[in-house]
Amino acid sequence: MNAALIITGAAFAAALGLGLRARSGRQMGLEQWTVGGRGFGTALVFLLMAGEIYTTFTFLGGSGIAYGKGGPAYYILCYLTLGYVTSYWLLPPVWRYAKERGLYTQPDFFAAKYDSPALGMLVALVGIVALVPYLVLQFKGLGIIVATASYGAITPAAAVWIGAAAVTVYVVVSGVHGSAWTAALKDVGILFVVVFLGIYLPFHYFGGYEAMFQAIEARKPGFLALPADGQSPTWFATTTLLTALGAYMWPHTFGSLYTAREPRSFRRNAALLPLYQLINLFVFIIGFVAVVQVPGLTGPNVDLALFKVSLESFPPWFVGVIGATGVLTALVPGSMILIAGATLMANNIVRPLRPGMTDAATARLAKIFVPVMVLVCVGFTLSGGDTIVQLLLMGYNFVTQLFPCFLTSLMRRNPLDRRAAAAGILAGVGTVALTTLGGISLSAWPQLGPLRDVNVGVLALVVNLIVTVLAARLFQPVARAQAAE
Amino acid sequence: MRHLRWLAALPFLGMLGGPFVLNRVEPFILGLPLLLAWLVFCVVLTSALMALIYFTDPENREPEGER
Repeated sequence: MNAALIITGAAFAAALGLGLRARSGRQMGLEQWTVGGRGFGTALVFLLMAGEIYTTFTFLGGSGIAYGKGGPAYYILCYLTLGYVTSYWLLPPVWRYAKERGLYTQPDFFAAKYDSPALGMLVALVGIVALVPYLVLQFKGLGIIVATASYGAITPAAAVWIGAAAVTVYVVVSGVHGSAWTAALKDVGILFVVVFLGIYLPFHYFGGYEAMFQAIEARKPGFLALPADGQSPTWFATTTLLTALGAYMWPHTFGSLYTAREPRSFRRNAALLPLYQLINLFVFIIGFVAVVQVPGLTGPNVDLALFKVSLESFPPWFVGVIGATGVLTALVPGSMILIAGATLMANNIVRPLRPGMTDAATARLAKIFVPVMVLVCVGFTLSGGDTIVQLLLMGYNFVTQLFPCFLTSLMRRNPLDRRAAAAGILAGVGTVALTTLGGISLSAWPQLGPLRDVNVGVLALVVNLIVTVLAARLFQPVARAQAAE
Repeated sequence: MRHLRWLAALPFLGMLGGPFVLNRVEPFILGLPLLLAWLVFCVVLTSALMALIYFTDPENREPEGER
């Protein structure tokens, strides 16, 4: 046992304690467990939304991308900021509609708007397929963190099992309440650690920011901007836009908006959350310090950049503090994803098939699905392979395919019916799967000129839109005729 | 003051269009490479614009409750 491991373990214990405490005095029905009784104020909604966005991906992945790719990493700073801008207008009508109808999940929204439980099932399936790799990523991060903090005493595999067990217990006992309170603890932690490292490291090693960036520019000219080919400005703009549209289409993000007490929370957060994005600036800086201090990491190992540079710079107890923060960045989003995934399975896939199922029975079933989903994800995590990276890339592009029919459903008169919506989603998701699994990208056609750097997800969205419009044209006369009869 | 909401288009213009014009490392602005400094400026501007939109939006003037 060393100091790092003890501090990291204490973070686990504190998270569990907070989760148990948050439960006390509340009946955990479906509404409390999944959407916190719709009673969260601006501050808690802020924490939840910020909480599920600052994941181990930000912590390890963000610094890893800055380390490995340089300039292209900047898109992480941008896409959520643009997502928040749209949230100002998109979230309040969704919240009002969800409250009127007593909705719990994202597929509930689609099913109600399009009056079709089958469409709800399709949306739920898309969501679950997108969520699994996201959760696997959290478990992988947890494995890296605990193994590093123990200085190798605990193997990554054992760490993944310990983490998975902790998340399961935590989610089953406290539901979304535990997530909000642990999110508070986590956000204090990540703010402190990332801002401290982002200021201390460059001054310690280089004497300042400009000196550090100059050292990188001397070593790798142009690394801190976008390359002319590949991840060019065209790639940057299309990727940022695509991921911004998808930002609120993730089932767990969509689900967290139901927890608000009043829609003004979202409008306030639309102004506050962009500032919070600046944390990413410090995350990038940590990755950039590592470019000079711990060069040579390649492939998936770039995610170790933050820890490698910390191990070189700090005593074990401080590595423990970093590890503790890392554990929380995996637990909070992990628990949100689990709650969303388990609720999706119980409420939107099983429930429509078994009419007459009560809320209480659905809540019980959702809690049974939690360990099932954990086991599936632990399996994926330990079996490893590149497939999961492909799945994650697909996940982002999958959820964006829900955006067109989501947007039209907010219009006073939705021009689409359920068949057009389903056709569009299926076409878009199919295109994403084909292009990702087939390794197809537009760069194969040089005659496209600068357009060849367009993110291939744009192609899927275009196919989605074309099929949606065609299907709407095809079905609308039928619908009108039926209405006239 | 509802026309102020169109200011929300500026962050999109700045972040999606800016990299085409400002894709350079030097000069360093406040110690940051030019492109990164521009994007950070855009993020801060977004927050300020959304705050302005929030405070001038009549929807937010009504008392707390069901709106």
